[in-house]
Amino acid sequence: MSLTRINIENLDKQYRLGEIGTGTLSHDINRWWHKIRGKRDPYKMIGSKNDRTSNNNSDYVWALKNINFDVKDGEVVGIIGKNGAGKSTLLKILSKVTGPTNGKITINGRIGALLEVGTGMHPELTGRENIFLNGAILGMSKKEVANKFDEIVDFAGIALYVDTPFKRYSSGMRVRLGFAVAAFLEPEILIVDEVLAVGDAEFQKRAIGKMKEVSNEQGRTVLFVSHNMNSVNTLCNRCVYLKDGEIKSIGETSKIVNEYLTNENDSKFSIEYKQNNPGDDIAILHSARIINTDKQTIDHSNIKDKIGIEYTFEILKNGYKPIPNVHFHTVKGEHAFTCAESPRDENCDIGLYTAIVWISEELLNVETYLITIGLSTMSPVIIHFLAKEVLVLNTIENIKHRTEGHNQKISGVLRPKLDWTIKKK
Amino acid sequence: MNLSVKNKYNEEIYPKKSILDVNIKEIYQFKDLLFLFVKRDFISIYKQTILGPLWFFIQPILTTIIFTVVFGRFAGLPTDGIPQVLFYLAGITCWNYFAECLTKTSNTFIDNQNIFGKVYFPRIISPLSIVLSSLIKFGIQFLLFLCLYFYYFFVHNSIHPNITLFLLPFLIVLMGLLSLGLGMIISSLTTKYRDLRFLIQFGVQLWMYVTPIIFPLSSLSGKMKILAVLNPMTSIIETFKFSFLSAGTFNWIYLGYSTLVTLIILLIGILIFNKTEQYFIDTV
Repeated sequence: MSLTRINIENLDKQYRLGEIGTGTLSHDINRWWHKIRGKRDPYKMIGSKNDRTSNNNSDYVWALKNINFDVKDGEVVGIIGKNGAGKSTLLKILSKVTGPTNGKITINGRIGALLEVGTGMHPELTGRENIFLNGAILGMSKKEVANKFDEIVDFAGIALYVDTPFKRYSSGMRVRLGFAVAAFLEPEILIVDEVLAVGDAEFQKRAIGKMKEVSNEQGRTVLFVSHNMNSVNTLCNRCVYLKDGEIKSIGETSKIVNEYLTNENDSKFSIEYKQNNPGDDIAILHSARIINTDKQTIDHSNIKDKIGIEYTFEILKNGYKPIPNVHFHTVKGEHAFTCAESPRDENCDIGLYTAIVWISEELLNVETYLITIGLSTMSPVIIHFLAKEVLVLNTIENIKHRTEGHNQKISGVLRPKLDWTIKKK
Repeated sequence: MNLSVKNKYNEEIYPKKSILDVNIKEIYQFKDLLFLFVKRDFISIYKQTILGPLWFFIQPILTTIIFTVVFGRFAGLPTDGIPQVLFYLAGITCWNYFAECLTKTSNTFIDNQNIFGKVYFPRIISPLSIVLSSLIKFGIQFLLFLCLYFYYFFVHNSIHPNITLFLLPFLIVLMGLLSLGLGMIISSLTTKYRDLRFLIQFGVQLWMYVTPIIFPLSSLSGKMKILAVLNPMTSIIETFKFSFLSAGTFNWIYLGYSTLVTLIILLIGILIFNKTEQYFIDTV
């Protein structure tokens, strides 16, 4: 049985909404009045779910509710969830910046949190003085810092400026120095917020590289918070999926990532128009959806699966030869491809039609695609409708199932599987 | 990897720490940080100045001159027969230390909210470092006092110290602890209610005028004297003056009272501070 590094039991965290003012004082007095009579805190019983979009009447909100999980030694656990799901609050409690409202956490080992780099650097002090100060703030002893001093200076690349006041440093140097100190902290448990990986491309690469080194090579226990499903997929063995302050599910990474993509509606997998249908007086769009080979609506797909885009349109006038077409863009705005039906000879009569375009397996890359659906007549060119980015498709890949050793995302808007012939001359 | 403790949790995070749960061991672990904070506070003040720590002389000199002119010449307040300059400087040197510790420690949480919001270390390190770095400043200003003292001692031959001089380290510790305790109470309360921040600014000034800085305790009598002695700073300042100048009031009971008040305030301060540090970031 391996060692349990972190054990979280029934963890809750409540926040007060609104400003702190006279209401706070009256609540404090009420709380104190309950306490001296030996009663429970009246405000711990109320509070609403942390759904930011809806208004509610309560003054209190549960940022975290009933969180239970364990982290074993050497595990890399990903924490995923949308903005506001409680990820940062959880990290803050684990790093002891704030306390929980209820529950208990037991930690075995020193925790190092890479939540923010360069905290406590003083502008008037030199780089040398700041390395010692920052190291001490992060929990290193003077001796530990002294031992690693040369490595830190080297990693940050500031050897020339080591006796210059921090305020004279460029912003890049400041970030590098901050990260270098944090990177040489050697805790048993490392908490990493991926938001950390800001800055220029080189620094990002270095930061991510360091995280990988720590988790994969040094066998350290890591808690990794990220929005990026690709990095979670590559780094983590296990995932905790938080939604509105509660654990939605927990388990093996690829399963949880699938569930996350299914639930978080940044993928729009079907659309139906009741009114204001896109279209002109010749044709209008009724509905569209993403389907699998069994014609079931799906919200995301594996790149190894064949999927279809199905849409229903209505022809309102006889005498046209409309051609359905779809356009795939990536979220970054790159045009992946356009695909239209080949022109037909016969006219379409008035009535309802369903068009399906099949996208073969092993064509798409791991990406979020925005799908535009169109219907046009070619001669003369009339665009009946062009419903821009009405469907959003997330594709995933089970990287662990790759046969090659490489486990990074392969770049490109598409990733078709093509035939190769190799002959020895 | 260095695994010293196997299968034994070495840290627990609870919702509300017990009020007496002061982790001395943890504070000891962060002792390097304490000294680095002291160094930072002290060094950063005179960085990029030519005179450096000499600037610490200017403020007490100017204040002494003003007091001598205003209270000594114009108001004609008595000074127990001590040369006015020496009398005021003695009071100002001590009061400066106390006042600086108090105002700075009472802003602990608000001034440090950025750093406290991002990393954890025992929060008490911050006020402790203030008390220690102010001690360095006090040491420098005390040198100024000594220079003037020796001048009067040799030239005027009108003043002499006495055996209570041995109490000097005790007096300094007492001032440090009293300001630390009070500062921690105020800083804990200001995390939620900022009102105290405004109070502390003129509160400290007002307090100075009810402490025997500009007047000797011997100039008071009856109820006024009792009220003055209730102020824990009174006997500390009076003992300081008495030990160097052999003039003024020295009373073991008064000093014992100050010590008791200091310890009570310090205890309350530590308890409140300890309770506040876990959650202050949510309310600050």
